[in-house]
Amino acid sequence: MPLTDLNLLHTPLYDWHVAHGGRMVDFAGWWMPQQYTSIIEEHVASRTAVGIADISHMGRLRIEGPGAAVFLAELLTRRVADLALDQVRYSLVTNEQGGILDDVLVGYYHNSHGQPFYVVVVNAVNRRKIIDWVHAHLPTERAEAPGEEVICTDLTRLWAMFAIQGPRSVELVQPLVDVDLHSMRYYNGAQVGILHPAAQRQGGIITRTGYTGEDGFELSVGATVALGIWEVLMELGRPLGIVSTGLGARDTLRLEAGMPLYGHELSEDINPFQAGLDYACYLVGYDFPGRDALKALQQQPLDKTRIGLELVGQPGTSGRVGRQGCRIIADGRVIGQITSGSYSPTLKRPIAMGYVPPHFAQPGTELQIDIRGRLEPARVVKLPFYRGSKKGPRT
Amino acid sequence: MTPEELLYSRTHEWVRLETDPTGTKIATVGLSAFALQQLTDLVYVDLPEVGRQVTAGEPLGEIESVKAVSDLFSPVDGEIIEVNTELTRRLDTLGSDPYQAGWFVKIKISDESGLADLLDYAAYQKQCEAESTDTR
Repeated sequence: MPLTDLNLLHTPLYDWHVAHGGRMVDFAGWWMPQQYTSIIEEHVASRTAVGIADISHMGRLRIEGPGAAVFLAELLTRRVADLALDQVRYSLVTNEQGGILDDVLVGYYHNSHGQPFYVVVVNAVNRRKIIDWVHAHLPTERAEAPGEEVICTDLTRLWAMFAIQGPRSVELVQPLVDVDLHSMRYYNGAQVGILHPAAQRQGGIITRTGYTGEDGFELSVGATVALGIWEVLMELGRPLGIVSTGLGARDTLRLEAGMPLYGHELSEDINPFQAGLDYACYLVGYDFPGRDALKALQQQPLDKTRIGLELVGQPGTSGRVGRQGCRIIADGRVIGQITSGSYSPTLKRPIAMGYVPPHFAQPGTELQIDIRGRLEPARVVKLPFYRGSKKGPRT
Repeated sequence: MTPEELLYSRTHEWVRLETDPTGTKIATVGLSAFALQQLTDLVYVDLPEVGRQVTAGEPLGEIESVKAVSDLFSPVDGEIIEVNTELTRRLDTLGSDPYQAGWFVKIKISDESGLADLLDYAAYQKQCEAESTDTR
């Protein structure tokens, strides 16, 4: 193994993953399990019962201080100043040209002293970039006006995070936390006490969010107690059919749910309108980097748009899979590229996302995909490919 | 034939050699249990047409898992004379019976000199052990 591998980061569950057959891979500078047994089994368990994934590699930044709300409003594309306590919102971070630097979740909480703070969850692959971006936009301490102080702390290695996803998530987690999860709404969270000695009286943050299309939660707990709590969840989950899931299943689950992934559907060369993320851009409020560029882009016709594709295949077999980088063809001409593609364990056929000019984006449009030099038929379908279980009570 | 009696390519294809009544050597080709276990989650096998000429070390088909596509390499020079079309509809056969029902193609060998490059079971086992310790 190359020496550079020693520089990869370990989550608090690294030893558990290895001991349980996790196939460890380098993901954004972390040793992460790609799968334990079978990606399909792990995927199906998350759709039909409950899956648990270690997502401690996700970057988590705590932003606090009297200037935090305005600072974030002037950094993110989405409104955040109006977040209610314990509410979570999806947002983008864009550069001055309106290109996507990252997609993030912002949660708003109060600590036990009633002091407000935000947690911004960023992609592992973008953590350094976003920390640098945040620091580049923070007022220097000297220039800071009194009462507008902003402090940014990288919590990533202090807190583990688990994604608990699937229709039996509430059943699994409820006995372990001191808040009512049944009444927790989608994209809401809570600071919780954890009702088990393994937590050593430490609390955590739980949100009804996820990256699978299923009902479920993301739970952050202290790194030092993470292994104990993970083992309790595995034990409690056994009668529910819990399966630990790796990055492979995480990818097929989010693809079926039509969710974009940074480095695939999202990059600095893609703007939010091309990605279909108009709802994440609030252009009439605070001025954030890229706002003026986005206002201008909004007035122009789209040159390309994100679509879903189903590969037709031959009857009785799944057929070949179009993957990232495969060219999309119409009438013998290259019109775009696939950004993510995989076999869909739920639909039992290959699916993909990619970008094409808008006049090819109508569901039902017949296209072709160049898979390693051979053209395969594909059909544009509406995103998402799959809608999962109900995610909490409606408002 | 048991796995111990087969020959192997460095790219994990197994080869069963037989001689037909005319004295021509026929290679039946499949993928080793080790390779199948490494791949996991197989969803599709793309096999060549009967009559295609193949060259040792060159791709003759593809095997697709959820995670990635891998080439199947021809272990010998020759012509495809039979394809296990049943396999493309019954991929689970690969997991349950990789060395019998899980064969991919039969190749009429045109040049036997390349056979010397194939590994026997002991040498192949050694290669697999080396590859297992590479991954953690």
